[in-house]
Amino acid sequence: MLHTVNKSPDASALRQCLQVIGADDVLVLIEDGVYCALIANVVDSWLEAPLTVYATLADVEARGLLGRLDPRVAMIDYEHFVSLCVAHPASKRWS
Amino acid sequence: MKKLLFVQSKPPHGSLQGQEGLDAILAGSAFVDCAVLFTGDGVYQLLSQQHTDALSSRDYAVTYLALEDYGVDQIYCVAADLQQRGLTTADLLLNPTPLDDAEVQTLLQGADAILDF
Amino acid sequence: MQFMIVVQGGPYTTQASLTAWHFARAVLASGHEIYRVFFYHDGAYNGNALIAPPQDEINLVEAWRSLGEEHSLELIVCVASALRRGMLDATEAQRYEKSASNLDPHFTISGLGQLIDGALTADRTMTFGS
Repeated sequence: MLHTVNKSPDASALRQCLQVIGADDVLVLIEDGVYCALIANVVDSWLEAPLTVYATLADVEARGLLGRLDPRVAMIDYEHFVSLCVAHPASKRWS
Repeated sequence: MKKLLFVQSKPPHGSLQGQEGLDAILAGSAFVDCAVLFTGDGVYQLLSQQHTDALSSRDYAVTYLALEDYGVDQIYCVAADLQQRGLTTADLLLNPTPLDDAEVQTLLQGADAILDF
Repeated sequence: MQFMIVVQGGPYTTQASLTAWHFARAVLASGHEIYRVFFYHDGAYNGNALIAPPQDEINLVEAWRSLGEEHSLELIVCVASALRRGMLDATEAQRYEKSASNLDPHFTISGLGQLIDGALTADRTMTFGS
């Protein structure tokens, strides 16, 4: 399934998501959630495979985070976000 | 028929999300079997002994007691979130089934649509 | 595929409405359909015809209105959320004896049944909130 996180790691959204996210699941960081992928914020190796993590490019660019995120996080536009929703029957928002 | 899962993640009274989330659960129960999951601070919504007069806030928590009458009997909470807050189901006005992380994952995976509040 | 989009934040209060709008546009650009957009909680504020943001900022009410008009979308505002927040169409304004209505006419006030119907009918349901 698809998970979205829209809060920075200061909030508990990411932690709660990671507690239950499955190996075949996908995580899309949106809005303030993109701060979770800031290199300095990536602790405890949570970004490791098999987890697939994306971040919405518009949110990354708006926040001046280009080049500051962990390279394992793929930047996506909104149409790619839509295609991920199509590929996963249900989605869970963590905020 | 699709399986709808409602997730309550906010504490009561600090915002309207819990109260309006419960309204959505009751609406859903008229259409289809609904499951409800309380996560994170959402477990606080079920704390018993909420006295709202002095705050002039709505005592909507009592409406949770009507869930059974509405046919909503799949009520769950995240066990770890209850524990972290020093709570047990004895502190709650309902008796949700506490789920471990694997069970929460199964519940989420089994839903056709998830409405997050 | 048909998408049900639930907007749970007001314009400018959080990013929810802006993200939902971008997502909705992308759904349509991808060749999919939007079954309904349902505005709940503070999302009800997205129907406020009276907003007057600075000229160089996006007008989210206008943005939703245009999208709705261009693609014949159902923009539904939950009645309970709307009334609490003072978002009234002409009928509700009259019913509650208010001096004015403020709901943009491209939005429709309706009940929670529309949220549930959307979640049960659409192929995908996405909520945007905080």
